[in-house]
Amino acid sequence: MLSPFYQELVSSLNRGLLMSLYLIIPSAVGGILLGIIVGCFRAFGNTFVRKMCDTYAAIFRGTPLVVQLFILYFGLPNIGICLSSYTAAVLGFVLCSGAYQSEYIRGALLSIKQNQYSAAQALGFSRFQSIVWIIIPQALRKALPGCSNEIIYLIKYSSLAYVVTCMELTGEGKAIATEYFRFTEVFAVIGLYYLLLVSLAILVLKKVEKATLIPGFGQF
Amino acid sequence: MIESFNAVKQSLPYLLQGGWITIVIVTGAMIMGFFMGLCMAVGQVYGPSVLKRVIGVYIWFFQGIPTLVLLFLFYFGLFNYIGFNINALAAVTVVLGMTTAAYQANIFKGAILLLPRGQFKAASTMGMSDFQAITGVILPQILRLSIPAWSNEFSIVLKDSALAFVLGVPEIMARAKFIASRTYQYLPLYIIAGLIYFVLTWAGVMGLAKLAKTVRIPGYANKGI
Amino acid sequence: MGDPILSVENIKKSFNGVPILKGVDLCLNKGEIKILIGPSGAGKSTLLQCMNCLVPPDSGKFRLEERTVDITNKRELYVYRQQVGMIFQDFNLFDHLTALDNLTIALRKVKKMGKKEATARALAELSRVGLEEKTHLYPAQLSGGQKQRVAIARALTMDPKVLLLDEPTSALDPEVMGEVIDVIRNLAKRGMTMIMATHQINLIRTLADEILFMESGAVVEQGQPKVLLVPGTRSQGFCDKLDILTGKIK
Repeated sequence: MLSPFYQELVSSLNRGLLMSLYLIIPSAVGGILLGIIVGCFRAFGNTFVRKMCDTYAAIFRGTPLVVQLFILYFGLPNIGICLSSYTAAVLGFVLCSGAYQSEYIRGALLSIKQNQYSAAQALGFSRFQSIVWIIIPQALRKALPGCSNEIIYLIKYSSLAYVVTCMELTGEGKAIATEYFRFTEVFAVIGLYYLLLVSLAILVLKKVEKATLIPGFGQF
Repeated sequence: MIESFNAVKQSLPYLLQGGWITIVIVTGAMIMGFFMGLCMAVGQVYGPSVLKRVIGVYIWFFQGIPTLVLLFLFYFGLFNYIGFNINALAAVTVVLGMTTAAYQANIFKGAILLLPRGQFKAASTMGMSDFQAITGVILPQILRLSIPAWSNEFSIVLKDSALAFVLGVPEIMARAKFIASRTYQYLPLYIIAGLIYFVLTWAGVMGLAKLAKTVRIPGYANKGI
Repeated sequence: MGDPILSVENIKKSFNGVPILKGVDLCLNKGEIKILIGPSGAGKSTLLQCMNCLVPPDSGKFRLEERTVDITNKRELYVYRQQVGMIFQDFNLFDHLTALDNLTIALRKVKKMGKKEATARALAELSRVGLEEKTHLYPAQLSGGQKQRVAIARALTMDPKVLLLDEPTSALDPEVMGEVIDVIRNLAKRGMTMIMATHQINLIRTLADEILFMESGAVVEQGQPKVLLVPGTRSQGFCDKLDILTGKIK
């Protein structure tokens, strides 16, 4: 039987874990979608759109996520926009993760050889059809390892939601640690939670990579 | 508007001084990570299997736990526990150094595995010892190959260093937070903080790109990991 | 012969001010096979790519079955390309699709055919090039010769009126060239109208209804093989060099 301290720790951490998942899952999905859209614009958009999207990616990749979260949560109220801590966190994660994802997608799109496009054109595909049916599917497969990696990063960076007062895994744990003044045990257990979460995510993402493996695209 | 402008103008020197602390943290962590990472990479490729496993666990641990949690764990927990009393600045530098060591180990390991196998053999046949072969033949090659990934790692560590404020280290972020809480000019101050990080990242990445250019050897051009 | 299927007039193309094609006229009649020869850099590949506007020509008139094609109109261009098949030197199969899906995708997305119908058609074309066993393999799992046969089958699924072949065998190892050459010969037997750039000397001798010898962006000699391949012509001189390269003449 666990001691009362550990019982309380585990029950708050489980609550925190649930919150972490609420943060991670929409952020990961949103980040990927945003990354695909921005990545396509950066690869195929006209000069104006490309410049805009490049700038967005440069800003969000060039500044710390914690600064972005602070701006969203503590900064925006200065101009009358108040977000809840959850909304600010998810918005920050989606914007930041989208910027990184767009980098992988863009790189993959540009790595698709011109001849794939030519072949589609020669068969009578329109530009739009060529991009949707030939270029993007290939690019997504190529970008997958990078995108998986980014999701792993996102899982870890979800801990930053704590600094904008969103009570997820780290926040719940910190509260208990401060209350009982037992930092080593508490943070070791939190670390274990994240290790399991990350290891599980790696396992699942590797499975996805394997399931979508196409001979000739074998970069893991 | 004018208030914001004044707040920013007055606090700018103070924020920029925080930049020096950020630079100290990042430089310290990167150097530490470099040597640890290099040793671990060599150990993982050429070492005995026990060593490989130990290094594997180390990397799994530091890559699987958020930096924020590691900072709390080591600064409030483990460092005290083992009686290792260091100030917050040193603690942040050591924790970021240990974390980036795990990532740098993977970078260098990837570079070693990218080298043709013949390189080590060729060195051995010329009568070099294993140590001589690694330092004289393998390292100069893998370091060049690693520059792009290393530069990427640098920018990650720089951004992670913004978490130092949770331990009260007076770097850029902590200073911005401190002034913001007194002047209520949160938005402009955090934007300025972001701008400083942006410039630092950009300057570092440019510097490393320049380094890559000066040490370039034909055949290694633009070939990163 | 006599029904012109595809004719192009005055095709010009320059890259960065350097003229690559200096006004080429060409007319393909139904069932006719024209073969383009000439030194590399003569503009053969550019001409073929201009003929279906993969490389948009600077000027030129296109007529397909007596109808003028406005290549600046996108919709018209896409329809035109469906009727003018193209075989590339390096196959250009879609790397993320199986052999079968390489064929069905155009049928389904461009011709809006149903899945069943498209699959049936694709299987028929694949078995015609002898690849009924390889339908579920990806390009990376096929040999060069098999890839090129899939590429030819893919072009044929669109029911092209003309086939443009850009050195279809030059990226192949000698031992698999034969299987691709056989497929091309079969196409000829079935009356496919083709224009092909090639250095395959036996294809030139046996298949060509007409040989076009290109040099620096213009057709400098043209005629039937028996007229053109006689001592003293540029074409014969060029073919002699090919013979030496392939070891036929020591």
